[in-house]
Amino acid sequence: MEALKKELKERIINVLNLEDITVDDIQDTDALFGDGLGLDSIDALELIVLLDKEYGIKLADPKQGKEIFQSIETMAQYIAQNRTKL
Amino acid sequence: MYSVSKYIHIENGIIFENGKQIVDSNTTDFSEFIKQVYRNFEHIYPKFYKMDDLCKLAYIASELVLKDETEKDIALLFSNNEGSLDTDNKHQQSIQNSNAYFPSPAVFVYTLPNIAIGEVSIRHQLKSESAFFIASEYQTDYMHKYTEHLLRTNKAKKVLCGWVHCLNGAYKACFYLVETNGILEHNNQNIKQITK
Repeated sequence: MEALKKELKERIINVLNLEDITVDDIQDTDALFGDGLGLDSIDALELIVLLDKEYGIKLADPKQGKEIFQSIETMAQYIAQNRTKL
Repeated sequence: MYSVSKYIHIENGIIFENGKQIVDSNTTDFSEFIKQVYRNFEHIYPKFYKMDDLCKLAYIASELVLKDETEKDIALLFSNNEGSLDTDNKHQQSIQNSNAYFPSPAVFVYTLPNIAIGEVSIRHQLKSESAFFIASEYQTDYMHKYTEHLLRTNKAKKVLCGWVHCLNGAYKACFYLVETNGILEHNNQNIKQITK
């Protein structure tokens, strides 16, 4: 799970162009939206694409994202349970 | 009679402000160059990194012209000869292969050139007249007349005009601010000199 969290942080930094942020700056329980990383609605769509492209997870209901994308911790748990790509 | 109060030229890693060189970068690579310039600004704006190249260039050119500006009633008239083709191509490549069909929302939102106007408006909190023109070359006479019409009819207190080109690694921005007082007369001859 720790390797997945690190990989997830690297992919999020890369895909969302978070140039001034490093893996060490993101805590597992930090909020990804709002006061945490400050991601926006377009970033949320990018995260949905990332789940599909890298882990083979298609979110049927985008509203699910609100719970899944709370933090790296919640994303990693969801990916570990639902991934179809290794 | 109106005047140009400030003008900027960005090309090949070099920036001129009012005809005087202010930046000579050690790189002409757009990505490296534009980040170097951004990091020298005091204003921190993380959204800059998320913009496409056309918006980054328009953002930097506008920032250099408007950095000490307090007026908010500034119309924006931008122009180029390829629209958002640079980003359109990136988006097209992402949907080329039906077996790997992953269009990026963050790329797609920049497949319109007037998003550059939106980015500058958001940054400087402008709720003003604006237009993005696509033409083979800068339409000096038209832009001159349109700018003076906006000022004469009180549609704007100032007008930021500019040519912003970004395609396949080549880039060029020529921006100038028109208002009542300035350093150059706002006429076709001077506009041609600024945008050449």
